This record gives sequence, structure tokens and C-alpha cells, in this order.
Amino acid sequence: MATMAQAIRMALHYGETHLGVTDVFGEDVGPPLGGVFTASQGLKTAWNSPLDERGIIGTAIGLALAGQRPVAEIQFGDYIFNTIDLLKLAGNTCWASMGQYNLPMVVTTIVGAGIHGSIYHSHSFESMAAHIPGWKIVLPSRPIDAYGLMISAIKDNNPTMYMYPKALIRVKGKDLIPGEPADERELKKMIDAPPGPTLYDIIDVRSRWEPQWPEGLTDYQVPIGKARIHREGADISVITYARHVFLAEKAAEILKEENGIDVEIVDMRTLYPWDRETVFNSIRKTGRCLVLNEDTPVCNFGEHILRTIVDECFYELTAKPRLLAGVDVPGVGLHPAYEEASVPQINDIVRELRGICGEEP
Amino acid sequence: MDKELKVKILDLMIEARCMEERMVKMSKSTDGFFWLGGVGEEAFNVPLGLLAKRGHGLDYDFFHFHYRNGATMIALGMDPADELRQMHNRVTDPFSGGRNFCNHYVRKAWNVVPVTSTIQTQCSVAPGTARAQKRHGGDGITIVTFGDAGTAEGDFHVGLNWSTLPKWELPLLWICTNNAYGISTPYDEVHGQEHIANIVAGYGIPTKVINGNDVEESYNALKEAMDYCRTERKPYYLEAMVSRLHGHSSSSGANRVPDGLEADPLFVWIDRLVAEEVIEKDYFDKKYAAETQRMKDLLAEVRKEPAPTAADVFKHIYAEA
Repeated sequence: MATMAQAIRMALHYGETHLGVTDVFGEDVGPPLGGVFTASQGLKTAWNSPLDERGIIGTAIGLALAGQRPVAEIQFGDYIFNTIDLLKLAGNTCWASMGQYNLPMVVTTIVGAGIHGSIYHSHSFESMAAHIPGWKIVLPSRPIDAYGLMISAIKDNNPTMYMYPKALIRVKGKDLIPGEPADERELKKMIDAPPGPTLYDIIDVRSRWEPQWPEGLTDYQVPIGKARIHREGADISVITYARHVFLAEKAAEILKEENGIDVEIVDMRTLYPWDRETVFNSIRKTGRCLVLNEDTPVCNFGEHILRTIVDECFYELTAKPRLLAGVDVPGVGLHPAYEEASVPQINDIVRELRGICGEEP
Repeated sequence: MDKELKVKILDLMIEARCMEERMVKMSKSTDGFFWLGGVGEEAFNVPLGLLAKRGHGLDYDFFHFHYRNGATMIALGMDPADELRQMHNRVTDPFSGGRNFCNHYVRKAWNVVPVTSTIQTQCSVAPGTARAQKRHGGDGITIVTFGDAGTAEGDFHVGLNWSTLPKWELPLLWICTNNAYGISTPYDEVHGQEHIANIVAGYGIPTKVINGNDVEESYNALKEAMDYCRTERKPYYLEAMVSRLHGHSSSSGANRVPDGLEADPLFVWIDRLVAEEVIEKDYFDKKYAAETQRMKDLLAEVRKEPAPTAADVFKHIYAEA
């Protein structure tokens, strides 16, 4: 099965050959590297930009104003913060011009902790992003969703923030993407650029390399605004996304085995506009909920979810709804002791779920 | 420059001046809120509009204006009533439906992309339209305008760098209208360069500094600059030294600066045309009176047009599918 990096790459290939994508660009996005996470290897429209996030976002806006369809990458979410006023402009362009101009642009960036990324390769960005109206925001957890959401983001006529979790970028999926060869070794041979011991070797070997794209790729879409039930359960709902879908899954297994608690997990996939119906239906079924993510807790995106749950589902709850987020510190430290104390771990999730399920109305 | 063109430029300068003066008055009444504009830049901004290639799409020029290009919009063919509509924040304001300040034009049919109050971000955005034009071919160019103070922002350098990438030099005309002030801060206090052009030259971009209060010098320099961008498909930088006759904006009162402190390009031009016997001495008085009355009449009509409603606030957050 494809990894998330391969899934994104295939979706971008489909985008540039079928959906009018004109530019896939950013730092090290073009050849020879094809992105530091390999998500843009072999793409014909990929090019390397200067090391300049403001130029990347500004140029993406300009290309979109000129009727192009760019996909711009900020190499790490940690480095997108100096573009926030440009992101605000992108978000208000349609509204401020009374619909004259819209920006069919996608900005991709990799987010979150989980790879010992230290202070500046572990940031989350969803809470900031959600505070910039006019954007659509997606954050897949599985390769198949990464593919389908990229197709939807490319097709959308609005600016779309496409984040993806760096801890899951090399994780293989369990579902075959339509058109993906069943043999993952074959896929790797077809679309992974050959490696080399040094940059000079990579430049040399890749100058003669052409990807063999799977022929049967389709415009398989995951609609923006649609969550999915990752795990069905009856006793409590975990409302989460990205890496914490799988941490919650492990916590659910522990709770099932040790306490007989049946946990439902909702993978939001889209953070804006988010799928209220799926979230509320799950909570109305279980009566208990934990909102879970790894961003810092003050003005956390999950607080918005929590507030909306209180507004909409209060009388159907049998326990206080909770948010489990990262801790309120300036960064994720390098030593595992720092990271584990900063970002919710499986044990933290188990403890929180037990606490909520132990409450009597 | 033939006589007909000279008079046409004069007429457009007067029209733009009267539009701005009406908006200044509106800002001091119940007809509008904040004013900022380009009174004092007409000798440069009118030729800019006349020489540009107006239309929609990559074959035409893209405009990334700042908020002092009212005279350029007039020269491009804007009905001044549209600007009064924006100043009066009517829902009929064709640029922003009453959402934005005056002189924040948007006109997709002419490739006028949204003017933003964020200083100099247009310099980070302009390489995008220029890159699309470079790829497309033809002779359409991207034009970006800004003041001298904003060149201290990083976005200025972002744009200069992105317009000079090897193999991707962009057909991008950089225009600085240098009025020697950033609100109240004099140029000499915060810039160590004699001209901003000195910085730009370091990027390998051809530069020229001109007297932007002189119509013919502006016209000729703009023509040369545009020809270069259109044919060479590379960037060019033009720095026009201009006046600022009503201060920065409402923030500094928007009052006319005392006579004699800054040259008024309109009267420089009138004096020359009178001396050349292109116009009669009383030409300006008649034209100015007529345009002043026209702006009053336009405003009277604009006042009757509908205001936005609370329900309008939710329109156009996203593009239609």
C-alpha cells in the first residue's frame, strides 16, 4: 500500500495531468529532491523556489489571480508563521472583491510532532489556520484520504490549507487508492526516485530517471467537509484528526480490553468547514466525548469544537466534555521526555477516557 | 507628444484631481469615512494609465496598485462615480461593495487585482502574475506600484529577488512613486540610500529616477520602461519623484499643504501648455469648475444608491462552486 508521501505525489501527478495544476513549488520541491518528504518527486510542473516563505505564498496568490492553479509548499508548518498576513489576504480576496477574484490555490505544509523534531520541526498550525477566515483546511491521517483530499483541494476554487502529519508521512495505508498497483514494491519501483549517497549522486542518477505513473489513477475524491468514523463504539466519542487518530485507536484497544469500554473515534479530516453532523451524531449516540489534538491548549482549535458541542449537544451529554491537547509550553523539546510530556500520549488518552467514562450524571 | 494628447492628459488630471478633492470633502462630512489617495501624483499616474494595455487575461497588463492610483484608474477609463461609491461605501461600489476604503480598486475585467492596505504585500504577489505571463508569452506585463516608505518592508526585496531568478526574469515593471515621506517620517530619516533605485540596481534590474511631476518626462520614461518589459520580458524599475499635496491621508488631516512647499504637477502642466499656446489661460478654470460640479452631481446620484445590509456581510466568503 502507498505511503502518505506516495499518495500525495500520485494525487499531484493526477492534478497536473488532469485537473489543470500549473505549478507545484516551494523549497526543494522540484528536482532533484522532489521535496524533503519526497511528496513531489517526478512531477513535471514541480520547481524549486528561493528559501523564502513569503515569496512562496505571495507568488501562489499571484499565480491564482492570473488564473493558474498552483500548489505551493511550505517545507515545515513551523515556518509558515511569517506568512500569516499573506494568508489573511488570500482568505479575504474573494470577500473583499465581492466575488470578482477567487484563488484556486493549495498550500501544503507538514505539521505536528512525533519524529523528534525539536522546537522548530514539531509545531502544529491548525489553530492558527482556523483563525484565518476564507480558507478551507484539511488534515488527513491516512494515505487514501491524503489522495482524495488533495484531489478535492485542487478542484476547489478557494484557497485550501492542506496540512499533513509528519509522523505519518511514511506510514503505509490499509486501503488501496483507486489505480494504485496492489504490489507496493512495484509502486515504489515506479514512482520513488532513485536514492544516492550524496546530493551529487542524486543529481546524477535522477537526471536520467523518469517516473512510471500508474495508469489507472482517478479523480477519487474525499469531499472537503466530510469526517469519517475511524472506529465504531458505543460508550464515548473521541473527536480527533491526524496522528492522534491512531494514538486514540491504541488507547481504545486498551480500554476495550481492560475496562470493557467501547470507544468511537471520529477522524475529522476537514477542520474547516468541519462536519458537524458526523461529530454531533457520534456524541448523541455515546453521550460522552473527548476532543483530542496536539496543538497548544490556549485558543486551541479543539476549544472551538468543544464550545460548539456544548452549544448543540449539551442536554444529550452524560459527562463533561473534555479537551486533551498539548501542554502550554513554547515548544516541543528534543529529548523524548520533553516531547512525551508536551504532546498527548496513549497513556494520557487512556487516563482521560477512563475519567470521562467514570463520571456519573 | 501631440497637442491632442497633451490636452487629453490635462483633462484626465483635472478629472482625477476633482474626484479626489470631492472624496476629501466627503471624508470630512457624513458622506464617507477615511480618505487616502494620490493628489500630487497625477502627472505620472495619468500617463501610466494611458500607456498600459488594458484588458482581461494574460495578454494584457496586470495591475498591482497601491492606494494612490486614482488618476491611473481614471486614465484607464474608470467612471469616477465608482470611486465615489466606494468612498460612500454603497453596496453598488463595484470594487468591494462598500467593504473597503476608497482607492482600493478591484476590476477583474481590466486585470486590476485587489488593492490592499497591507503595505508592500503587492510586491510579493506581483511575481505570480508576471510568472504566468512569462510562461504564456505575448507582450502583457505586470505593473506594481508602491511608495518609497514601503520599500523598507521585506516584501519589496522578496519581489525583486523573485523577478530576477535565472531563466525566470519576469516582465514586471516596478514603480515607486517617491514622495519622500512615510506618513510623517521623512525619507532621509529612515533610508540611507540617495534613491531606492540604488538598492534595486543590486538585483541587476535596469533603473531610472525621474521627475514624476513632469508629464512629458513621465510619459517618455514609462513608454521606455514598458517597451523594455514587453519586448525583453524582464523587469525594470522606475522611481518617480512626486508631490503629496493632501498629506498621507485622513490620519494627517487630508488638508492641502501650504502653497509653494511642494510643486503641484497639475499647474506645472497648465503653465507649460499655456506657454506653448496649447490651451487658453482660462481653460483650467472652466474645466475645473465643470468637473467639480460633475463630481457633486455624481455624488448626489450615488447618495440615492442602496447601502449594504447586515445580510450582505456573508456574501462571497467563498467562490461559487
